[in-house]
Amino acid sequence: MMTTIAEMPAGFADKVIAAQSTFRTVMDAMARPGSVQLIRAVSGVPAPMMRGAAAIALTLFDQDTPVWLDEKLATSGDVIKWIKFHTSAPVIADAAGSSFAVIADPTSLPEFDRFALGSPEYPDRSTTIVIQVASLSEGPAYRLSGPGIDGVTVLRAAIGVPDLADRLAENACRFPRGIDLLLVSGESIVALPRTTQFVAQEG
Amino acid sequence: MNAPTYNFAYLDEQTKRMIRRAILKAIAIPGYQVPFASREMPMPYGWGTGGVQVTAAILGPDDRLKVIDQGSDDTTNAISIRKFFQKTAGVAVTTSTVNATVIQTRHRIHEAQLGAHQVLVYQVPIPEPLRFLEPRETETRRMHALAEYGLIHVKLYEDIARFGHIATAYAYPVKVNARYVMDPSPTPKFDNPKMDNCEALQLFGAGREKRIYAIPPYTTVQSLDFEDYPFEPYKHKACCALCNAADSYLDEIVTDDKGSRMFVCSDTDYCETRQAQGHRGSENASPFAESRHA
Amino acid sequence: MYVAVKGGERAIENAHRLLAHERRGDRSVPEVSLDQISNQLSLAVDRVMTEGSLYDRELASLAIKQARGDMIEAIFLLRAFRATLPRFGSSEPIDTAQMQVRRRVSSTFKDMPGGQVLGATFDYTHRLLDPALMGEASPEQPSVVAEAEPGVMPRVTDILGRDGLIEPSPVEDPEHQVGDITRDSLSFPADRDLRLQNLARGDEGYLLALGYSTQRGYGRNHPFAGEIRVGEVSVEFVPEDLGFAVPLGSITLTECQMVNQFKGSDTEAPCFTRGYGLAFGQSERKVMSMALVDRALRARELGEDVKAPAQDEEFVLSHSDNVQSTGFVEHLKLPHYVDFQSELGLLRKLRKEFAEANEAPTPMQEAAE
Repeated sequence: MMTTIAEMPAGFADKVIAAQSTFRTVMDAMARPGSVQLIRAVSGVPAPMMRGAAAIALTLFDQDTPVWLDEKLATSGDVIKWIKFHTSAPVIADAAGSSFAVIADPTSLPEFDRFALGSPEYPDRSTTIVIQVASLSEGPAYRLSGPGIDGVTVLRAAIGVPDLADRLAENACRFPRGIDLLLVSGESIVALPRTTQFVAQEG
Repeated sequence: MNAPTYNFAYLDEQTKRMIRRAILKAIAIPGYQVPFASREMPMPYGWGTGGVQVTAAILGPDDRLKVIDQGSDDTTNAISIRKFFQKTAGVAVTTSTVNATVIQTRHRIHEAQLGAHQVLVYQVPIPEPLRFLEPRETETRRMHALAEYGLIHVKLYEDIARFGHIATAYAYPVKVNARYVMDPSPTPKFDNPKMDNCEALQLFGAGREKRIYAIPPYTTVQSLDFEDYPFEPYKHKACCALCNAADSYLDEIVTDDKGSRMFVCSDTDYCETRQAQGHRGSENASPFAESRHA
Repeated sequence: MYVAVKGGERAIENAHRLLAHERRGDRSVPEVSLDQISNQLSLAVDRVMTEGSLYDRELASLAIKQARGDMIEAIFLLRAFRATLPRFGSSEPIDTAQMQVRRRVSSTFKDMPGGQVLGATFDYTHRLLDPALMGEASPEQPSVVAEAEPGVMPRVTDILGRDGLIEPSPVEDPEHQVGDITRDSLSFPADRDLRLQNLARGDEGYLLALGYSTQRGYGRNHPFAGEIRVGEVSVEFVPEDLGFAVPLGSITLTECQMVNQFKGSDTEAPCFTRGYGLAFGQSERKVMSMALVDRALRARELGEDVKAPAQDEEFVLSHSDNVQSTGFVEHLKLPHYVDFQSELGLLRKLRKEFAEANEAPTPMQEAAE
């Protein structure tokens, strides 16, 4: 089935202001890991992308950011077309070359070392992974600490990535190289930059 | 010829995206200098183009912007930058530190404690703390990669050997989150303690050198020192002649050519707020004796 | 009583008005027009377009007028405007072999296909101030120039290349996209595409001094001016929806191919090496300097010792941009009294300690004197 441009879900209504507002939300999330932030900008969304992930794409993706999509998104031709049309970002097959990755099925998230981890000289040249999760308000509790967090904060979330705490612990060992995560559920987002210590709360 | 038109906050959207991505990586790697493709701005390099690009990339219509240079809202460069954003973004501006959501600064951190709703944007001339010890970028990048910071400690220790003190009074290097050594920009070392465990996000933009770096909120910022020579913040021996503050950073005003000096707050908003609250200083220029030796 | 200085805003506005007034100068003298600048100060316009990296004679003329003839200020104005322009794509590589040549000189061959074309040049003028230009001069019409034979102006380096006497010009590599220093921050080591872009935007005086230094022995590479050509080249663009090249127009360029001392090894026959310079308009000094510095910066890839300033890539490329340099040098005009105060406080403390130590000299010190 072909989607014509006329049938494609819209982007931001006011590109400049919506991008600014979304960016500030993502920036606040990144500066305060574990805090749940709400994306207010409205845009069309190609299923199975979530509103928050779509807004992040419209705000941060462009021709200079190769994007990798997991199978669930890549097999939906609409998502690829929508990303290419609205952001001009190249959608690539090799995750190691990606600036951003979008994951719709957290259970099949590839190992972090399949993505770009940056180099010791340029640790910023690493993939930011946007993961669509079931909930950022209910689910198992995690204790988070590190830069951006006043002591310890607790996040309740149904993330669905197997062994996430172990993977993040391994990620922390690579510092300053590493992956940064943006968790999205609907319009809510939570950032887990590489500096955040993330442990499942006992009991 | 068509009269040129400009986007909200001057920068085009593609440039903003590029800067925004750099800011996010900077926050994720506290104290690390992220290279970015700094643009030519309509003001000279070295006059705040890095700070202006960072501010332009984060600023929105709901923000209230404050711009200070040397702690003051009324220095010509602060006025010039404030007017630039009024003109290109139509954004609300303020001189009140507590009311501002975004504060762009050159050479000072204001006296009032920063809050979680605020972002402090620093203008940075030379972002590399190791640059004056090693001019080569390829070398300093390697040193940061390996966290090989012996050189800077040697420099500080040589100061102690020569002068009995660490002879760095401003742009005093810090270690962020126990990993990256970072240049706080040419703020006086008096301001260094304010960066530590600060509630607000701090962003640093160096336009000419094309680097962005950040300190997330609640992050340790340790001024470099030695066990036997701990970091000493600079203290003035005087109070502000206008508001009598004893805890602020003071500017020295030369009042005649016979050695008279007076000291007033460098942070004009802090000083004016205190004066409005009824605090009064000596308001008199009193002779200041330069210590002499034959 | 002391009153803090206020009114910076008014002062700035007044300064701007005064500047506009001084720019205009004596109002009884007719105002200079952009056409006059573009036509009669054309080499100034060429330089501003080259270092401003924007090919627009009208805007470059405006910049020169607005900058009161301050070239670096004019370059800065053009750059700041350029930075706001949307980017539709990149043109196809231009082909200087197809140049409609107006001037072409080679110092390596007495004659070659297409011949030497002296064209408009200061080269053999006697530098005597011309009193005729003090008023309105009306110079003689030039004699009719013989039509250049079309398609017979091969580049001297191509002639050498046919016999393998010079290293081949690098070919386009689809794996390696040409970089863009206006969109990515430069990192080191930098490849030749980025180095050439940096030099093309670099300050003419700076490149001249560095190029000169190589001739005086600081990184000598035995240059010959293989060819300098000036003329018009067409620019083509491939719109994505068309899929074929369409002409956008033509621009004036100056190109220098410097032929330098040879390289060779056990496995490779010796051949001359290249240094390259290209600029908008007629900018011969610029392209020759650029070609010398380009060649010097190739030291690393040609296996030469990097000893001289002009061979030092990080040094050369980090300081070539006059908009950057002028900004940072001139920023010393901005207030620095906060950091100065901090230094002053420290210095007073150190002097006090010095004075105290010297007032009560220890017996050890006395013994040493």
